[in-house]
Amino acid sequence: MNWNQLVTRLFGSADGVHAAGDFLAGDVTFEGQPITLVGTTNHAPIGVALALAQARVVLDTIARHPGRPILLLIDTQGQQLRRRDETLGINRAMAHLGMCIDLARRRGHPVVGLVYDQALSGGFITSGLIADACYALPEAEIRVMRIPAMARVTKLSEEVLTALSESNPVFAPGVRNYVAMGGVRALWDGDLPAALRDALVHSPTTDERARDGADRGGRRLAAAVVQRVLDAA
Amino acid sequence: MISFAECSARERLALLFDAGSFHEWIAPAERLTSPHLAQLGVPSAFDDGVAIGRARLDGHEVFVAAQEGEFMGGGVGEVHGAKLVGLLQRAVRDEPEAVVLLAESGGVRLHEANAGLIAVSEVMRAVLDVRAAGIPVLVLIGGANGCFGGMGIVARCADFIVMSDVGRLAMSGPEVIEASHGVEEYDSRDRALVWRTSGGKHRWLIGDCDALVEDDVSAFRAAAVAALKASRPVTLESLEAEHALLDARLHMLPIEADGTDQATQLWRELGIEQADRVPDLDVDAVRALRIA
Repeated sequence: MNWNQLVTRLFGSADGVHAAGDFLAGDVTFEGQPITLVGTTNHAPIGVALALAQARVVLDTIARHPGRPILLLIDTQGQQLRRRDETLGINRAMAHLGMCIDLARRRGHPVVGLVYDQALSGGFITSGLIADACYALPEAEIRVMRIPAMARVTKLSEEVLTALSESNPVFAPGVRNYVAMGGVRALWDGDLPAALRDALVHSPTTDERARDGADRGGRRLAAAVVQRVLDAA
Repeated sequence: MISFAECSARERLALLFDAGSFHEWIAPAERLTSPHLAQLGVPSAFDDGVAIGRARLDGHEVFVAAQEGEFMGGGVGEVHGAKLVGLLQRAVRDEPEAVVLLAESGGVRLHEANAGLIAVSEVMRAVLDVRAAGIPVLVLIGGANGCFGGMGIVARCADFIVMSDVGRLAMSGPEVIEASHGVEEYDSRDRALVWRTSGGKHRWLIGDCDALVEDDVSAFRAAAVAALKASRPVTLESLEAEHALLDARLHMLPIEADGTDQATQLWRELGIEQADRVPDLDVDAVRALRIA
């Protein structure tokens, strides 16, 4: 689904949302409640400029509209792979974006992430993965790397990895694997406004992902290991 | 002088903190390993590549973690990440004087890619929880594998970063960029270029690290001791200042490279004298060049 269709289905119209290149931002109203919308499109590579553009929207929302919900629309191919961005400190710019979102959360803004197309590693970690909760459309794709690339890195055959991914969500791309591991709270299927309404009310403000991963069987160890550290003599 | 870069994670813990003070949680004897590596038939480590616990630093109680670059490049998997998250959550509960992370990591461990990615984001949130509790988080970077990927972001979420000149802090490794955009974009075998782009001197000169030290364990220790009270609250004002700095910096480099070395160009734009000579200068000389 493209962002225009998505926004129209959620808010009745895409008025108020504008795209500038790969950058999306706007103010929308949901059932009488103003919401800040910010994100990317066109499978954007997230470089310093795009990280800062998103951070600007979050900072302005904190300053001008205390408590207003923020919806992050995610479609990214990952971080920008250019030497210029590395020279400029892309990791610092991405940390800055993540910290802006984190500050919004701490100041009581509900922050909801939605992967509506594609999410990859570096572009995802400082957006949807640092929201109160991240959701995804069923047809979205989330991954760190594709199985052929993973086969090269791990020196295992694609057949072996594909077979393993049937039983262990750790190894394969896919939104359902991320749901099983707790990284994605739920898929938004069918009635999108109902899903958004629920997310705005019920998203946790503490990090529940390790526990969700254990409950859902997709990430069995993380929560238990955290508890072992807390209990260690 | 003992090279920090050449030490293992455990040697760093033993040498950097007060003698005999490191007390480990989930020690290797407990044999907590990655089930995912086992499933792949890949050798595992009894600490999953990170040692965590409490220690004393110049008499002050601190919580510490050290990533082992020799094991999977310090990559963060499910167990490795959960140990870090547990340490950080315990810091919020027990309130040590600081948390010190000896970071050496390529980022997400690709063998358990999905779990590693979520784990790194959990570490990031947990670091910010510790800071919100007013406990400083210090990151020390000086291992041969550098601090890359998600851990490069985590480092920049901390209060204070100490680097040596041989340390590297970045997002994507040069090999990844070269594979994606060609050798003209980033020649990963050009060591001087790699260090100008990601090394300790560059990060110091542009203000991405807070202390630049020699590759010496005792220099790292002294810098960490000096930073024990470095808590920097994250506020709207501090993030606005950060934004202004990054935005100004963004406009200092043209989008299309014109053949000039980008790092050198950035140093010049920042008003740093002798920009051309930086790679040849020693740590003391480079430390003096930074514009306050």
